[in-house]
Amino acid sequence: MLTLTIDGQEVKAEAGATILETAQDNNIYIPTLCFNEAVSAYGACRLCLVEITKGKRERLVASCLYEVEAGLVVKTNSERILSNRQMLMELLLARCPNNKAVQDLAKKLGVEKTSFKLEDNNCILCALCVRTCAEVVGVSALSLVGRGTEREMATPFYEPSDVCIGCGSCAYVCPTQAIAFEDAGDTRHIHWPKNGMDFKLRKCSNCGKYWAPEKQLEYIIKRANLPPEAFDKCPDCRD
Amino acid sequence: MAKDKALTRLSSPQALEALRASIIKGRDPNKTCITVCGGTGCHSFGSEKVADAFGQEVKRRKLTAKVEVKVTGCHGFCEKGPLVVIKPQNIFYHRVNAEDVPEIVSETVIKGSIIDRLLYTDPSTGKKITYEPEVLFYNRQKRLVFGSNGLIDPTSIEDYLALGGYTALGRALFKMSPVAIIEEVKKSGLRGRGGAGFPTGAKWESCRQAQGDTRYIICNCDEGDPGAFMDRSLMEGNPHSVLEGMIIGAYAIGGHEGYIYIRNEYPLAVKNAQMAIKQAEELGLLGKNILGSGFDFSIKISRGGGAFVCGESTALMASLEGKVGEPRAKYVHTVEKGLYDKPTNLNNVETWANVPLIINHGADWYSKIGTAGSKGTKVFSLVGKINNTGLVEVPMGMSLRQIIYDIGGGIPEGKKFKAVQTGGPSGGCLPESLLNLPVDFDELTKAGSMMGSGGMIIMDENTCMVDIAKYFVSFLEGESCGKCVPCREGLKRMGQILNDITRGKGKDSDIDLLEQLSSTLIDSSLCALGSTAPNPVLTTLRYFRDEYEAHIKDKRCPAGVCKDLVTYLIDEEKCPGCGLCVKACPAEAITLVGKKKPVVLDQEKCIKCGSCYDVCNLNAVIKK
Repeated sequence: MLTLTIDGQEVKAEAGATILETAQDNNIYIPTLCFNEAVSAYGACRLCLVEITKGKRERLVASCLYEVEAGLVVKTNSERILSNRQMLMELLLARCPNNKAVQDLAKKLGVEKTSFKLEDNNCILCALCVRTCAEVVGVSALSLVGRGTEREMATPFYEPSDVCIGCGSCAYVCPTQAIAFEDAGDTRHIHWPKNGMDFKLRKCSNCGKYWAPEKQLEYIIKRANLPPEAFDKCPDCRD
Repeated sequence: MAKDKALTRLSSPQALEALRASIIKGRDPNKTCITVCGGTGCHSFGSEKVADAFGQEVKRRKLTAKVEVKVTGCHGFCEKGPLVVIKPQNIFYHRVNAEDVPEIVSETVIKGSIIDRLLYTDPSTGKKITYEPEVLFYNRQKRLVFGSNGLIDPTSIEDYLALGGYTALGRALFKMSPVAIIEEVKKSGLRGRGGAGFPTGAKWESCRQAQGDTRYIICNCDEGDPGAFMDRSLMEGNPHSVLEGMIIGAYAIGGHEGYIYIRNEYPLAVKNAQMAIKQAEELGLLGKNILGSGFDFSIKISRGGGAFVCGESTALMASLEGKVGEPRAKYVHTVEKGLYDKPTNLNNVETWANVPLIINHGADWYSKIGTAGSKGTKVFSLVGKINNTGLVEVPMGMSLRQIIYDIGGGIPEGKKFKAVQTGGPSGGCLPESLLNLPVDFDELTKAGSMMGSGGMIIMDENTCMVDIAKYFVSFLEGESCGKCVPCREGLKRMGQILNDITRGKGKDSDIDLLEQLSSTLIDSSLCALGSTAPNPVLTTLRYFRDEYEAHIKDKRCPAGVCKDLVTYLIDEEKCPGCGLCVKACPAEAITLVGKKKPVVLDQEKCIKCGSCYDVCNLNAVIKK
């Protein structure tokens, strides 16, 4: 364990922990949109910037990526941080002016309006979906396409993905609900910001309810080496 | 272009010296050697045909035994290409065509007489220059790194050896310890030539001391700045100097695997580097047990896919690993966790090429060149509105004025200098009042610009500085990886604001907003692409604020560049109705109304292309 100071408060942390994790463990609020503990940190939204002092040098770092050090002095709310955060929030608000999650966070950070021309997106390109698909699900069906201001989130070449299992983790993890997800009858429909796919759902052999995508069940059976009939029944009808 | 015979592996430094002695002995220093510059500029002027013509002519006249024809790397004076230098006299011919070749051979090579029309005229004195060292463009430079380019055939390791090549490697491996080499490089004051100017020796030391068994050595040849071609010309023209630097660095750091990351748009650099690696391997200068020292080091080439951001070290390493070239945070430095999370030392082409010089001549010699904080020389690519477009190498600390006027020959067509942009797209634009600024890492940074990798774009009075800022922002907008919010979204918004200003739609609050955005990009971007991207905007705001104000407040572009703010008018007193502009106008907006009567320009039809303005010899078209 090592000791550091966050906003004047002395806190303890394990070596290897990040500033953000340490702050969260100690109920110190640092805003973030692209962080989720289930996947590796990415440092893209920059909202979690904090100011650290090392010797005489002060600098801003992304707290989701910066690992704690003994004696580190961290500020999460200095004037410099706030003005950066507000500008970042203005940029996000201009990108996604109609998105509730973005609006709510903007409000929380004291940003009521943006100085820039309004677009109409929901996706903030945080890549949580992409990272979850690769790191948690393990299929890498999603990617970020293009670079610079042309960047988009989609399946490779905007084509239906051969490897997507329709699990919907991408929609679940999305901080701005930019991925639409709907089960209707025997079909699951997932719509990412630029393209979508349909998945056939399996019917429960007992109650007849459509309950999970065929591809997802096949994937789990293969990964966990289960018997082929493992998921014939829905969870409600299993013993 | 004598082809080398099969190379035998050298197993000791003595064997290397013996080979060198035999190469030198086999060469007659008085033999005529026609060198044709094969650099990018001369190549595009048709130097390949010139070289072929020399080859054929020499053969036809049965002079092969007496006259050698050598295609070399870039000489630097690209403006006047194709360049031909006849040695040993160093007779300098410029703008040579294949048709000139028979005459050059019969007159100059055989009879020794000079062909007047192929001589370069010094524009400042009007005098014809016969010999290369007398050309002002060259003789005011200090060509330590770049100078050998004109002397060697880059595909011949013998040429490099004959000039003392790999002497530094022999010294490093057999007379110096790795720590002593690092000390020497530290003492020399060498700083990274790729952009940030980090002290090279300190970087090497950190990498050597980093935990882990495997250490990687990387050469960054992903030169992507618009208008920059220093690294390209070194890699194309003198690849062995880069290899030698890398091998010495690898030995000092304790690395056994190296990579050269070259952008794929540099096919000749890729080819020459590949050939150099193969030759060095055959001679035992690369591979296992180099020169019998017991030290192993190999180099592989990786070709970049054309993303500017891959010049950033962490993005380059991601790309080398086969991943998307996106930067990552450098809170843990790449010298500790770089390529494949192993300690990695990355330096730029020019930095590596400086290393043999330091080992050969010593840190004391090297550190006498340059300024207090920036040692040695720097190669700049001098482009834009400048008479002598080309590559120049000068000691650190030379003033912008000396580089632009004394070496670069000033601004073409007698126009006024307006600004120089240094450091690539994320460098800054410096005004005339700073022409006496000594060019080194720290002074450029203080002025709001940077050294970068050494691009120098000269702009004349006809340049609109808001338009220039817009150009660089739009370049970076497309080249940002798009990962972090400030760089991706911030640059897009900067671009929109600048676009509005140049179209007469600027608002009073725009300048403030640009400054606020800049501050956020500097503070919060993930990598240096984003944090330096505001430089063109901030420096043009700092030095040319009045131009922004003219665009915003008066809806006027003082340089007459921004189409939406420019009106073309016919000066009825000057216009004789000659009709030149009528023919030039692509929009049929100008009509003749009678002999000796001024033409009439229809503003509704005018697309503001400026063709009439350019074509009129009588200044009868006014740009307002």
